[in-house]
Amino acid sequence: MLDDFFIRALLAGIGVALVTGPLGCFVVWRRLSYFGDTLAHSALLGVTLAYSLEFNIALSVFIISALIALILINLQKRTNLPGDALLGLLAHSSLAVGLVVIGFLSFIRFDIMGLLFGDILAVNVNDIIIIWIGGAIILLVLKYIWKSLFASTVNYELAEAEGLDPDKAKAIFTILMAAIIAISIKMVGLLLITGMLIIPAAMARNISNSPQQMILFSVIGGLLSVIIGLFTSLEFNTASGPSIIAASLFLFILSLLKIKQSIKLKN
Amino acid sequence: MSFENKILVKLKDAGFRFNEKWLVQGVSLQVEKGKIVTLIGPNGSGKSTTAKIALGIYKKIEGEVEKYTNKIGYVPQKISIDWTLPLRVKDFMLLTDHLDDRTISEALSLTGVTHLKDKNLGDLSGGEFQRVLLARAISKKPELLVLDEPVQGVDFTGEIALYELIKKISEDLNCGILLISHDLHTVMSATDHVVCLNGHVCCSGSPIDVAKNMEYKALFGEQASQTLSIYEHKHDHIHTSEGKIKKN
Repeated sequence: MLDDFFIRALLAGIGVALVTGPLGCFVVWRRLSYFGDTLAHSALLGVTLAYSLEFNIALSVFIISALIALILINLQKRTNLPGDALLGLLAHSSLAVGLVVIGFLSFIRFDIMGLLFGDILAVNVNDIIIIWIGGAIILLVLKYIWKSLFASTVNYELAEAEGLDPDKAKAIFTILMAAIIAISIKMVGLLLITGMLIIPAAMARNISNSPQQMILFSVIGGLLSVIIGLFTSLEFNTASGPSIIAASLFLFILSLLKIKQSIKLKN
Repeated sequence: MSFENKILVKLKDAGFRFNEKWLVQGVSLQVEKGKIVTLIGPNGSGKSTTAKIALGIYKKIEGEVEKYTNKIGYVPQKISIDWTLPLRVKDFMLLTDHLDDRTISEALSLTGVTHLKDKNLGDLSGGEFQRVLLARAISKKPELLVLDEPVQGVDFTGEIALYELIKKISEDLNCGILLISHDLHTVMSATDHVVCLNGHVCCSGSPIDVAKNMEYKALFGEQASQTLSIYEHKHDHIHTSEGKIKKN
């Protein structure tokens, strides 16, 4: 039997997967997985802010994540610390500050597990609307910056020299990252969002020959992960986020069979 | 033709500093339609930097750059494609422009690599990749071509053919070319104007003028100078008193 909440979860998950598919490919291509993690961790701060100011969660997470991204870019210019150290610094400190703030907000009941790992029960009609409208906007913007973003992913100087605008594309892409985290946080939880971005994309890499194909397989992989994960979650009463990510891992392992074959063929 | 002397890019006293160190300084040059300007100079003399200044890749520069065209084809000195990005030659050809399939095939056939069209970029050899890079740059029929060591890693016969091709392209498309090369032989046979760099402009002018220049001799040695003189006899043009080149 499919319950209403399950249909809602499915709709939300499908909406998220349609967007994480293409964005995840760029995360993998541009080596941004730890960057995505940092933004996701900072989302906790956004959630606490939303609760204490009685503000929309997705919007609040989006603002905080975008802010953290700006701080990161600024720190990169000002210090000589390596990028991964800065990312770690921001990821863990924003997570820690978020948890400390939750401690102060003792008058509000938090479902911390739900925040960290996602909660299908929490998805309401409002969330679905935000996911689908937000998702559509993200995809439209991505299409708009596609040429510059993709060309500069291949080679920054080539894109810059031949009249594209890689810096603008990069800045907009950063905002899109914050946006996808904001709309998918309820679904997958903030510890696992990056998994939703990179695992289907990594799976897709193993079985594709062209960028378009990789994006297509990444979307399909994400959709399958959501469907398999949610059914498992319903059946075994497991948290939705981990179930979805585990399903995507399963697909990734399957894709390794294909890559082994093609390596064999080459030799 | 009235457009023959159209200036495509002009550097006025341009320079670029990175980490408090000048990579290149005080460079003035211009590339005109239908002309080939070649930058020569030892390693680290600022050739690639000068090209990047001309292309607008470096923005915080000294001096001025004036660019009069947006139709630019660029072959960078170094480019590496990550394994995580599955990219076939034909995808790569479409990187910065919309081209139809025929245009792509034509450009690839000019550099002799049509057969690589469906291959993955990661599977190409250095020389093959270089030919694809050149094909991509010319496929969009640019007004300005900037070629940074375009034939590196290409076999000897291929090298000569590609330089012939570059010369032919500048005539066919009537585009301006800013070429970086350290192969003095080949460079000199096709170039209209040579700029010799060593952190600044050592000397510049027609190939023959540069070859006779003392600073050039000091930089490259007497033998290099003789190499150029030998070339003089193969030229099909004469040099006017202002150092301009006139075709016979």
